[in-house]
Amino acid sequence: MEYSYVFLILLLPFLSFIVLGLAGMKMPHKTAGLIGTLSLGIVTALSYYTAFCYFTAERGVDGTFATMVPYNFTWLPLGVLNFDLGIMLDPISVMMLIVISTVSLMVHIYSFGYMHGEKGFQRYYAYLSLFTMSMLGLVVATNIFQMYLFWELVGVSSYLLIGFYYPLHAAVAASKKAFIVTRFADMFFLIGILIFGFYTGSFSFSFAGNVVMGDGATPFIPVDVVRAVAAGGFIIPTALVLMFIGGAGKSAMFPLHIWLPDAMEGPTPVSALIHAATMVVAGVFQIARLFPLWIEYAPGQMSIVVYVGVFTAFYAAAVACAQSDIKRVLAFSTISQIAFMMVALGVCLPGHDGAVLDNHAQLGYMASMFHLFTHAMFKACLFLGAGCIIHAVHSNEMSTMGGLRKYMPITHITFLISCIAISGIPPFSGFFSKDEIITACFAYSPVVGWIMTAIAAMTAFYMFRLYYGIFWGTENKELHEHHTPHEAPLTMTIPLIILSVITLTCGWIVNFGSFVSASGLDYEIHLDKQIAITSTVIALISIALATYIYKGEKQPIADILYKRFPKLHRAAYKRFYMDEVWMFITHKVIFRLVSTPIAWFDRHVVDGTFDFIAWGSNAAGETIRPWQSGDVRQYAVWFLTGTVALTLVLLCLL
Amino acid sequence: MDYSQFFSMIPEATLMVALVIVFLADLILKGENKHSALSLLTGVLLVSQLAVCFMQTPAEAFSGLYVSTAATNIMKAILTGGSLIVVIMAQSWLQRADVADKEGEFYELLISTLLGMYMMMSSGHFLMFFLGLEMASVPMACMVALDKCRKESAEAAAKFIITATFSSGVMLYGISFIYAMTGTLYFDDVVNYIDATPMTIMGLVFFFSGLGFKISLVPFHFWTADTYQGAPTAVTGYMSVVSKGAAAFTLMAILMKVFAPIAEYYEYLLYIVIVLSITVANLFALRQNELKRFMAFSSISQAGYIMLAAVGSNGMALSSLIYYVLVYVVANMAVFTVINVVETRGKGNTRMSCYDGFYQTNPKLSFLMTLALFSLAGIPPFAGMFSKFFVFMAAAQNGSFLAYFVLFIALINTVASLYYYLLIVKAMYIKSNDNPLPEFRSDCNTKLALGLCTAGIVAFGVCSCVYDWIAAACI
Repeated sequence: MEYSYVFLILLLPFLSFIVLGLAGMKMPHKTAGLIGTLSLGIVTALSYYTAFCYFTAERGVDGTFATMVPYNFTWLPLGVLNFDLGIMLDPISVMMLIVISTVSLMVHIYSFGYMHGEKGFQRYYAYLSLFTMSMLGLVVATNIFQMYLFWELVGVSSYLLIGFYYPLHAAVAASKKAFIVTRFADMFFLIGILIFGFYTGSFSFSFAGNVVMGDGATPFIPVDVVRAVAAGGFIIPTALVLMFIGGAGKSAMFPLHIWLPDAMEGPTPVSALIHAATMVVAGVFQIARLFPLWIEYAPGQMSIVVYVGVFTAFYAAAVACAQSDIKRVLAFSTISQIAFMMVALGVCLPGHDGAVLDNHAQLGYMASMFHLFTHAMFKACLFLGAGCIIHAVHSNEMSTMGGLRKYMPITHITFLISCIAISGIPPFSGFFSKDEIITACFAYSPVVGWIMTAIAAMTAFYMFRLYYGIFWGTENKELHEHHTPHEAPLTMTIPLIILSVITLTCGWIVNFGSFVSASGLDYEIHLDKQIAITSTVIALISIALATYIYKGEKQPIADILYKRFPKLHRAAYKRFYMDEVWMFITHKVIFRLVSTPIAWFDRHVVDGTFDFIAWGSNAAGETIRPWQSGDVRQYAVWFLTGTVALTLVLLCLL
Repeated sequence: MDYSQFFSMIPEATLMVALVIVFLADLILKGENKHSALSLLTGVLLVSQLAVCFMQTPAEAFSGLYVSTAATNIMKAILTGGSLIVVIMAQSWLQRADVADKEGEFYELLISTLLGMYMMMSSGHFLMFFLGLEMASVPMACMVALDKCRKESAEAAAKFIITATFSSGVMLYGISFIYAMTGTLYFDDVVNYIDATPMTIMGLVFFFSGLGFKISLVPFHFWTADTYQGAPTAVTGYMSVVSKGAAAFTLMAILMKVFAPIAEYYEYLLYIVIVLSITVANLFALRQNELKRFMAFSSISQAGYIMLAAVGSNGMALSSLIYYVLVYVVANMAVFTVINVVETRGKGNTRMSCYDGFYQTNPKLSFLMTLALFSLAGIPPFAGMFSKFFVFMAAAQNGSFLAYFVLFIALINTVASLYYYLLIVKAMYIKSNDNPLPEFRSDCNTKLALGLCTAGIVAFGVCSCVYDWIAAACI
């Protein structure tokens, strides 16, 4: 069987987690790091090899890449429904393998420098391995249930990594917040899965026919959508929307975004891996995975995805303009960019001429996956760059930075490249993917198209505000004299260079549409000149604006703006009080009106009942103690009495 | 007579040979290495016995006196495995100066009880069955008395033999009723003539009480606590799993084979006895502070759960009972192995309070003990949860309202059992103790026994194939 080696992609990080988790504390830091990095290196090599084999293989008769299922076995048979575990390779899962393994490998290497000498270094690498394993398992899942399993594992490892600095109160609070918020959203995901499984009789994704099963792999139980549709047209849309809520929680869509900015309390490489490149796009991946179902059975409900996405993109961009903590700016920028991907998926239209899947009408699908790919690379680069800066100045606040370009040339250049990419300037990768998204939006509705163009302009503005604030602007001389910033070590700069090279080239070197597209057919990306030129010009204008305002030593315009709109600035800085709203809902409404009465009931009625039962059992035990007297004659009497009594009972009762 | 019929009972024959070999070796061997040579010999013989049980094919001999089926063979293998673990874990006790010279006797008695259980399970005739039962019972009393210099051991043996004799008498009386009503003692024939007259029902209950005594079901259980407490720990472990498992299997087999026409009556009987056993034993266990006594009550309550399988009279009953016994053997033996180590190293103390703070000094032993207790309480993913699940499922397939009611009572009782099992865990982990037991270095035999048990607890739980295999073999 081809691809029989792919199980190693999951097994190696898992073994590395087990080894480091159990024996890590007895190893020197270097050994532990090497074990983690080496196993991930092999995984990366295997992923690249898999991708190479997969995409160079012959397309099927219908012009699509065959979906490969090298492994699939029934884990828990439940009569009609089965819980399967397996590995599935199709264009998007292979693409995700590349993304995850690349970024994860970069983070593993980078962490050698960043986490050098930290207490719990081995534990850190163990968690990284666990996370990588779960994320890889999520993308190769053969069914929704397996996806959910790994989805939760991803959540757990994210929780562990955010709370890595557990002596810090903020880190503990942030990890709890992230876990609770995403769990809350996952509850809807689970309900959606159950509804879906109950009505369609299967957990598998909807497939095109082109599936190649491995030797001994259990075939999928086909999704019985006919039955679900017969049960009421709302079943599949309801299930999909519920699952989308789960995805929105993981992908930090408004109003469930509140955990992501706080998650920046974790180590910075973790932010790069989990909270920029991989885990947070799980929601996008989930919708892409279920895309055939969405487009066929719930095209109307896709507008929900669009509205949520557009609003989140705008909200996050607005907040990002006012933040002063560089990781927070990047976090909000991530939220905004993921919202771009969501919008791109949402704006897909049903196909022409009766075909369900159509590459032209569903350009957004390809655009979204493309943006996911490019964004993972440049955002990871930005976060890792931010990590170098924090490493150098020992603070997240922009006020401690400024003028760092002299001290950290490599970080400066790579950061700049990524900023240009995210702003959407050709020929950097972000331009190509963002342009496709905006084209898809215009095809859906000009209003959405213009809004997204405006948000793209805001993106360019706040990214360059960040860039100038760090590398140009007013230098904090007092601090820098005391402690001169210096360039990061090689282990940290090499990943930056690799990622920025990918960012520079991956937009125009390969034709992404020939790998991933809505219908699976080869799709030639062609730029819409009008839109490309418009968005480039607008991005250049906002960069120029940011340069004008923030580049100089003195920033008169920024001060004037700040004085003219203090309330707006304050509101944006406070993230438009979303955290306070949630605090109000949870503390004032839910805790007081719901939890307090329940707690009272629990403490008095439920506990009281059980205390009574426990007391009763104890008292009964005490009472019957004399029966066991140790007197053999008495035992014989009991024995005989019991036998006779049982006989009488049987004779009388029946 | 056709002597070739003996070939049908190879497991019994080889076990008999093993008994003779151990006996001769005990006589012949002398000197310093006697101990290790003898124990090694017994171990090897039991392991080969295990292989013999697996290879045995179903057969019938002596015109139906002897019947061996796939289920009896599996059961024999399980009991042999359990005895093997007992032999391994008993080593640290057998090395003690005052028992060292009785080592050979211990092995011989153990093998002869095992032989009795083989006969009992493979019997096709009431008298054959009774012979097997007594063959298992009388040497057992000697085993209980093996520590005869200790007053408790002698007392326990005396109580055991007196009550056992009494129960045998009652049972024989019951069998005589059945003979009177049906005119035969062959299982295959009795089933054709039996009907629900008061006399047969009386015979049923009296017969039931005899095996109920061996399984220690309430109200035939009174000897259990005293005997378990007084007997040497290895023997207690042996009684609580091997002897009980054999009796439970035999009881269910006979009930389902012989009393099938009056199934309604014996199911009623089982309902009452199960509810009594589980509830009363749990109530006693709640207030125990002597660990071996505690384990006695735990085993009574477990016996109730084992018999739940017999309520469901279908294919699942047999396989779920065998699986339950299998899991119970490993979990209970793990607990007794730890008790044995603590007792031999800790100056004969088996009070629960001496386990306070055990984790501080012996984290590994505490951990293994916790796993075993979790399995006994039925916490997933350990095997105990699955064995309970299958037994419940077998009982639920009975489908009557009463069966569901009994299931409900049994379910509630699992909560109580969880409480008292966790009391030990709490003592080991949470309770502080200024003067905990010293740190032990377990010998390799204890490690081997614990390793086997723990592997079983985990593996039987994780691999569903074990149950599937048993179920497939029993059909």
